[in-house]
Amino acid sequence: MDLSYGREYDAFREEVKSFIRSHKHKQPKPGDGIKSQAIRDWQSLLIEHGYHSRTIASEYGGYGAEPDIIKSRIIAEEFGAERVHRGFNGQGVTMLTPVLLEMGTEEQKKAFVEPTIKAEMIWCQGYSEPGAGSDLASLTTKAELDGDEWVINGQKIWTSTAHHADWIFCLVRTEPDAPKHLGISFLLFRMDTPGIEIRPLVDMTGDANFNEVFFTDVRVPKHQIVGQRGQGWQVANAILGHERGSLATPDAAMNRLNGVKRLMREESINGEPIMSNPVFRDRLMKLEGRVLAMQYNDMRLLSAKINKNQDVRLAGMIVKLIGTELRHEIECLGIDVMGEIGLSYGDNPHMRGHGSWQYQYMFYLGLIIGGGTSQIQKNIISERGLGMPKEPKIPSEKSAEKSAKEA
Amino acid sequence: MEFGLSQDQLMLGDSVRKFLASEVPLDKVRQLAAGETNDSSVWQGLADMGLAGLIIPEAHGGAELGMLDAVAIAEALGYAACPGPFLSTAIMSAYLLNAAGATDPLARMASGEYRVGIAFSDVIGSRKGQVVEADSKLTGQSLFALDATADAYLIGLSDGRVFMIEASEVTRSSLSTIDVTQSVCELSFDQSPACLVSSDAELVWQTIYRGRAIQAADTLGAAQYMLDQAVAYSLDRKQFNRVIGSFQAVKHMCAEMASLLEPCRAFAWYAGHAFDESTDDSALTACHAKAHLAEVGQFVAKTSTEVHGGMGFTDLVGLHYWFKRIGFNRQLLGSPEAVRHEAAQLEGLC
Repeated sequence: MDLSYGREYDAFREEVKSFIRSHKHKQPKPGDGIKSQAIRDWQSLLIEHGYHSRTIASEYGGYGAEPDIIKSRIIAEEFGAERVHRGFNGQGVTMLTPVLLEMGTEEQKKAFVEPTIKAEMIWCQGYSEPGAGSDLASLTTKAELDGDEWVINGQKIWTSTAHHADWIFCLVRTEPDAPKHLGISFLLFRMDTPGIEIRPLVDMTGDANFNEVFFTDVRVPKHQIVGQRGQGWQVANAILGHERGSLATPDAAMNRLNGVKRLMREESINGEPIMSNPVFRDRLMKLEGRVLAMQYNDMRLLSAKINKNQDVRLAGMIVKLIGTELRHEIECLGIDVMGEIGLSYGDNPHMRGHGSWQYQYMFYLGLIIGGGTSQIQKNIISERGLGMPKEPKIPSEKSAEKSAKEA
Repeated sequence: MEFGLSQDQLMLGDSVRKFLASEVPLDKVRQLAAGETNDSSVWQGLADMGLAGLIIPEAHGGAELGMLDAVAIAEALGYAACPGPFLSTAIMSAYLLNAAGATDPLARMASGEYRVGIAFSDVIGSRKGQVVEADSKLTGQSLFALDATADAYLIGLSDGRVFMIEASEVTRSSLSTIDVTQSVCELSFDQSPACLVSSDAELVWQTIYRGRAIQAADTLGAAQYMLDQAVAYSLDRKQFNRVIGSFQAVKHMCAEMASLLEPCRAFAWYAGHAFDESTDDSALTACHAKAHLAEVGQFVAKTSTEVHGGMGFTDLVGLHYWFKRIGFNRQLLGSPEAVRHEAAQLEGLC
């Protein structure tokens, strides 16, 4: 066990600290939208210094450094400690870019990666459909080839940032007769293409974090496909792998827990600070123990990225499940500490911390469901982590009819 | 940067596991439960492998290894529900005596011939009875002292001083608990001559924190055993023409156990490492690890038993020995609520 990053990284950490000191004032303000110049300028500055898109080759607009897990970690630690804006990390940056770099053509990489990481091209993700949630591979939005164009018809849902997006990466069914996982393709197209309608989907937080997107005879050039026809499921799974881990970092959970501690010192009942109430304190300490377990689990995962002989598959599989549930409970304690004040919302003048506890409490329930529900996570953990069998398949109506006819 | 067990530590854990697989099968645990045998032969075997002197300096016949090594071993001991005074003699007493400079007994402890039990309930919080000292003589009563067959005991007083006393100088009666794999007793003192070992209250607490880190690792091992058994049973047992492990209800129980338990591995490792590196958070981490493992252990113990259905409730599969060991670790050296209260104090929250 050696938890030091090594002396050779001291200079690098100093470099990061010094960048933050001299450039912190340039970071975007809370109100700056994702299409603002402030975001784009900050993004370019971060890339130029290697604090964003660090390992993406410079020919595609990245910084072009060799992968170094420790350096990435130090950047995250220093930006986190100073609460400095980490740059724009929309779905195009975190999910599409890695896939294009791995599976895209040279033309696609050249055309899309640089504007995407520089926040000049905003993307949304077209995966889920009203009838295809946990069973994503049953999606029915179809794309049919007509000359040199795909013609797309169908509907997507849970499409975040669709109203801001310039482009969409979208799963569509192109091979209706193939088995469901082999009939899907991964298309890229502009969101201002005729035939696309966006309807905001207001959720329990009161915001429209998501949208419904309708496609009616949307015509897309044939070459705007990633991978081959029918390979879309493979491409999509590569992306989901990127999504799951990022939804629940233990360091962010510890920051929120420290926020609860501050709240417990500030809030009081009849003049008695909540922190002096042993019932609340025990809930706090219980949660702290759980967050610590996840932080050390995270260090183990970090270590395994450097030391390839460590088997951490199970340790990695559980992060989304435990992390999102834990975060939801931390936010819940924050609300309970405030009591009826914790009910405040919107323009209520008694609100604490801009209502973040209430908002996050609800938002994290969304994350427990999104990105693979907790129940789907448990299936994955038991099947891939513990070697337990899949549920027996119930024959589809089609194949049941077929076998009935044959009989 | 490397977070995890070293090759040496992995090998050490493996050799202990191999020894326990052959020397402490379920039948051995059953014999202990029936009072047909005691833990002395197992302990001598472990001592011969160097476990009794694990953290004792080489100069006194020990292996002079650290707490992370001890954590790796405790996990293996918990997995086998192995009896013996690893926690009391090999960790807590060995640490305290060495740190206090009372090194005379260490060589005999390392060889396995001399066992030093622990009676710290006055320090941690006495439920009943108290021990008082006058002119180096102890009077009173200490309950739930670790190791009912020790040769001597370390007695912690409420002011944090620690006395050592030979077993022959006390009235001792063994106490039955739910867990037959770990032995405890009641000690009664009546003007019993004892020797002052330490007047440093911090030292007795440092000893308790180390004990808690070891208990966390022991529970981790015991809970891992229960999870492994649950998965194996679910893949064997059939109902409705299917192995029950193919039902989502059962799969999700197992996934929940694994999801809570897996991060505990890293947690227990860090708790051991923190002592080896004397980090500022070593005491806090040990308290949190002990309390967190108590909760996770309780969940796994219950859930694994349920996966086994009625058989889990019987003596036939013997799962209950691990259930009870986890329960024992939960209460000894502080229940989770009490330990979390201490953790809050360590952080200055109250």
